[in-house]
Amino acid sequence: MSEHAPPAEDDTADEQSADAEQAPVTTGAQSVVRALENAGAEYIFGVQGGAIMPVYDALYDSDLNHVTMAHEQGASHAADAFGIVSGKPGVCFATSGPGATNLVTGIADANMDSDPMIALTGQVPTEFVGNDAFQETDTVGITQPVTKESYFASDSDTVGDDVGEAFALADAGRQGPTLVDLPKDITQGETDVEPGEATTPDTYEVQEEADDEDVQEAAEALAAADRPVILSGGGVIKADASSALREFATEYEIPVITTMPGIGSFPEDHELSLEWAGMHGTGYANMAISNTDCLLAIGTRFDDRLTGGVDSFAPDAEVIHVDIDPAEISKNIYADYPLIGDAREVLRQLFDAMPRAPDADEWREQCQTWKSEYPMTYDTPDDEPLKPQYVVETFSDVTPDDTIVCTGVGQHQMWASQFWEYTEPRTWVSSHGLGTMGYGVPAAIGAKLAAPDQEVVCFDGDGSFLMTVQGLSVAVREQLDITYVVLNNEAVGMVRQWQDGFYEGRRMASEYPWIPQFDKLAEAFGARGFRLEAQENVEETIQAAREYDGPSVIDAHIDPGENVFPMVPSGGDNGKFALKEDHLEEL
Amino acid sequence: MTGGMPGPSPHDRMQPEGRRNSQGIRIDPEAEATHEPRQAVLSALVKHKPGVLSEVSALFSRRQFNIESLTVGPTVDADTARMTILIEEPEPGIDQAKKQLRKLVPVIEVTELDPTALRRELALIKVGGEKPDDVNAVAEMYDGQAVDASTESVTVEITGSKQKIDAAVEAFKQFDVQEVVRTGAAALERGPRTLNKHD
Ligand SMILES: Cc1ncc(C[n+]2csc(CCOP(=O)(O)OP(=O)(O)O)c2C)c(N)n1
Repeated sequence: MSEHAPPAEDDTADEQSADAEQAPVTTGAQSVVRALENAGAEYIFGVQGGAIMPVYDALYDSDLNHVTMAHEQGASHAADAFGIVSGKPGVCFATSGPGATNLVTGIADANMDSDPMIALTGQVPTEFVGNDAFQETDTVGITQPVTKESYFASDSDTVGDDVGEAFALADAGRQGPTLVDLPKDITQGETDVEPGEATTPDTYEVQEEADDEDVQEAAEALAAADRPVILSGGGVIKADASSALREFATEYEIPVITTMPGIGSFPEDHELSLEWAGMHGTGYANMAISNTDCLLAIGTRFDDRLTGGVDSFAPDAEVIHVDIDPAEISKNIYADYPLIGDAREVLRQLFDAMPRAPDADEWREQCQTWKSEYPMTYDTPDDEPLKPQYVVETFSDVTPDDTIVCTGVGQHQMWASQFWEYTEPRTWVSSHGLGTMGYGVPAAIGAKLAAPDQEVVCFDGDGSFLMTVQGLSVAVREQLDITYVVLNNEAVGMVRQWQDGFYEGRRMASEYPWIPQFDKLAEAFGARGFRLEAQENVEETIQAAREYDGPSVIDAHIDPGENVFPMVPSGGDNGKFALKEDHLEEL
Repeated sequence: MTGGMPGPSPHDRMQPEGRRNSQGIRIDPEAEATHEPRQAVLSALVKHKPGVLSEVSALFSRRQFNIESLTVGPTVDADTARMTILIEEPEPGIDQAKKQLRKLVPVIEVTELDPTALRRELALIKVGGEKPDDVNAVAEMYDGQAVDASTESVTVEITGSKQKIDAAVEAFKQFDVQEVVRTGAAALERGPRTLNKHD
């Protein structure tokens, strides 16, 4: 499955790798690889190149699995998805210059979504740095604003420790991406220094538990609420706090809304679940957010796609904000009760501190009423042309609960989040904060390698799929059993939806009638291709794709007129979502 | 365009009573006001390593903090440097700036200094050399001194508060100011308190 040392006889393979582990470090590059091994890295996603070659050479003798990607952007997305699914930093490699700049999108993406990831980039030899040498870019300068920290390695003796520190930092506290830039002379340079145990920098402090008194006050405010709601963000998943959340919500009978990155942190089939809120969230979640009087927000950064206009966000609510990153407190929404700490720890503290359950029977009933008033359905007058929602729903119905869903960015991403039923954490892999088209194809590769025993499906748009379609070659080479479903509307549909809604239907550069036949493209890559046009064929096509042992692509030609609802217009009021086109005019 | 979803239309729905202001603060009797900007003097101890200045300044520009001056220099410890950062922001922004600064890996400590903290700026002002005595007289008024003189120019050094230096520069305009360089503020807490013991 992976490429490194040439195949050895089975009985000697183990011996060889044991030797490799014991062989002393002799170069900076070996120290880099040793640091990754020590830190528990498993997979590396990367592309070769001049400045990173010494590190690849050191990989030759290592047991680390290297997956050669077709484009560095894919390497960073695959590493990101690996990090989301496994919970441990995903690793990506690129050479200097264009290799490094190609990684940047994935790094920025990981940064926005707090996904654990470490990027190692080759750099021109130290003596050329600053001289505009061949394939030189200021990688540290370019990436600094989109990483937790970018390191420039300047010594062969310490480069391994730099990598160890970067790895530890990516995983610590609020997770996120780190980068180490590796000048070629540093990785080629001789050293006999073994990297030490990976630790975070001494200036990096993480507070795990919130102040007990603060917790007590917050618990009392929550217990006294008439209309309490829990808002569970991606941080709940990152902190492995999903079961703590479930216990807390069930014990105190508080309705739970997730953010979009928080999908899977609370089971959507639970009666307390209102699913997710925000621009395209459910009507009932948005009604509850708008009318709650006490919001327990955990591990969310109050992104504007969630809040809409801040002036109308949960306007009646006292806010209890739990976050491991103090800088998130009152950044966008003022927190009446800030609780800084790890989500799982603080939930446990809150659980113990609650004086009683809030008296909220009426409120829970109200939430159920909203569920029946604003059902998540779609219009199927005659079932043709094919409805994207139907494809997603049908797929959701036939797969196991732990199936992992990856997506690109656009309408298909919204349908995949709305019409799939998520019940487990780490099964929703999508690009939220950066909204990166092209995320899906490589993300599914990273997800599948992180969880080889789980089914992986990727819903993509035709526009998004085209952006990273070359990644199919990797899925084929690695024989990854992934089902790609292109919800094909021959358009960058989300843009077209906005043009129709807000630009008088002037569809500038949003229609793609020239896209290839994705089923045939898939076959050209060596994957299995299916073309899907009619509702009656949906289930059999899905089953055929699932049964195929390897990557398959379903080119699903959907109703090009279908739009995503509900919708809160950008900066709008969450309680005033549009359920259909006409509502947009009312708002 | 196809259908949509069922449910009451936007204006037939239950509406909340409250509002928040643009800073995300609930508008209630206690916190009605939108915060006005004020000046804050932040003092940061940072690791003395390449790139740290750009990391800090990039943070301020990316987050759109309105920075007035930023000075940096070594401390008695060769491994640390100290920055004095003057920003003008509404309260929530100042709080954010501090927290975001603390998040940067090379930053060891951050504190906001008291409004009464010692604050000094240095300016070198080069003026025409025709009336050296008059220049000296004005310099003395601002506790400054001439530090270089030639037949064509006199350069005066002034230290003090920003207001004092603003006033001095204004006063020297009568002598044909040729060049001015100012450092921006460096600041330290009065009394025995130090940043190291502060937090
Ligand atoms: C890299 C990138 N470029 C542009 C955009 C702007 N954008 C957001 S959604 C969208 C449409 C996506 O089209 P497609 O992938 O076909 O999905 P659909 O909306 O049709 O389901 C575009 C262009 C983006 N999010 N990312």
